[in-house]
Amino acid sequence: MSDEALIVLENVNKYFGPLHVLDDVNLSVARGEVVVVIGPSGSGKSTLCRAINRLEPINSGTITFDGKPLPAEGRALARLRSEVGMVFQSFNLFAHKTILQNVMLGPIKVRKEKSVEVHERAMSLLDRVGIANQAEKYPAQLSGGQQQRVAIARALAMQPKALLFDEPTSALDPEMVGEVLDVMTSLAREGMTMVVVTHEMGFARHAANRVVFMADGQLVEQAPPAEFFANPKSDRAKDFLSKILTH
Amino acid sequence: MDVFSDSYNLDVYVTGFLWILKLTAAGTVGALVIGTLLAAMRVSPVPVLRGFGTAWVNIFRNTPLTLIIFFCYFGLYSTLGVTLSDNLELNNYWLGVVGLSVYTAAFVCEAIRSGINTVPAGQAEAARAIGMTFRQTLTLIVLPQAGRAVVAPLGSILIALCKNATIVGTIGLMESSNAMKDLINSNGDKVFTIFFIFAGTFAIVLIPTGYGFGWLANRLAVKR
Repeated sequence: MSDEALIVLENVNKYFGPLHVLDDVNLSVARGEVVVVIGPSGSGKSTLCRAINRLEPINSGTITFDGKPLPAEGRALARLRSEVGMVFQSFNLFAHKTILQNVMLGPIKVRKEKSVEVHERAMSLLDRVGIANQAEKYPAQLSGGQQQRVAIARALAMQPKALLFDEPTSALDPEMVGEVLDVMTSLAREGMTMVVVTHEMGFARHAANRVVFMADGQLVEQAPPAEFFANPKSDRAKDFLSKILTH
Repeated sequence: MDVFSDSYNLDVYVTGFLWILKLTAAGTVGALVIGTLLAAMRVSPVPVLRGFGTAWVNIFRNTPLTLIIFFCYFGLYSTLGVTLSDNLELNNYWLGVVGLSVYTAAFVCEAIRSGINTVPAGQAEAARAIGMTFRQTLTLIVLPQAGRAVVAPLGSILIALCKNATIVGTIGLMESSNAMKDLINSNGDKVFTIFFIFAGTFAIVLIPTGYGFGWLANRLAVKR
């Protein structure tokens, strides 16, 4: 992990009508850093994650990625998105394409790479997430955990500089959460820059470099996981942790 | 049945239905191409394109087809001098194809647009997230899924197009309805026979077509 910042948010504000979902948010993510964003529902953590690749446009403030401000629209924005992988809560695999096609589509259509090379890379990625034997199936034929692992492989196929995870395990049956977290943990160990919005406190504890706690659109507190879980400073964080950790 | 044992009458009958088939084939291609473009316009982020698509649908969906076909002949051809072929019969045929295409395209557009609404928003988001442009997202991800969702309604629209093709008879093409009128005029005692043969021919072709589209819709359906 170097100290050079890859993702920088400065004074970011975002409104949904009268609702102030991001309230003057400042956050900097270093290259190779794993930042886990936690907080109660409606605190703006998903919006924060989606703002980084401009799936949600912001109302004011600046977001820079790899030293450049986010482009507003068009091809420049598309190019930026191709460098930032995203994994969604509801997987969002292309329903009319096979698993293999899902992984290969981006590199071939967006990066214009040769299909022979992409095929090799796609198969090794599927092998890595443990689904190479399902390559010819369609998304609906796979379990939720398998689909989410394919979604991670699809994001990795673009060889992104960073990965965004928007509650990647929230739509999964409990027994499938582990297989997805295993893949994410190994990515974190390899030095992938990750922003992970999640409710998995175990993952936050063992894989994060830093935990960011959000409430009511504000970034309330940030600290290394050991420190945050042992000694939360704000009342809001104490209250949140007492509710989720007592069970 | 002896009406159709006469070789001239048989020829009128066969030629009439061949025109219907040709009108349907060319009209289908035209309507699908224009209709898909219109649907793309109606979901595009560009207000001018959205307005154009909406205007097209509202104008052509709410104008009787007979009027549109008449306009193609009297407006485009007679007044503006738009000639699509030097052969008078072929010229009428192509004018008919234009009228059928622009009219049916409005219905195709609305079917595809409703199909686009069946594609979850997450599909387009995932496409944008890996760096696809608007056009790639639409042509690679959204339209293929939308198209599969509307195979059955498109089938109904194309069946209607086939029957609507008889309206091109009003500008002089000897398609099946004109052929039937011709045969009835010269065989006044065989009205029922002639009518049922013509109507039956449409039914025999179109009923299996409908089932074919139903089968296709099931086969192509996107599993979620």
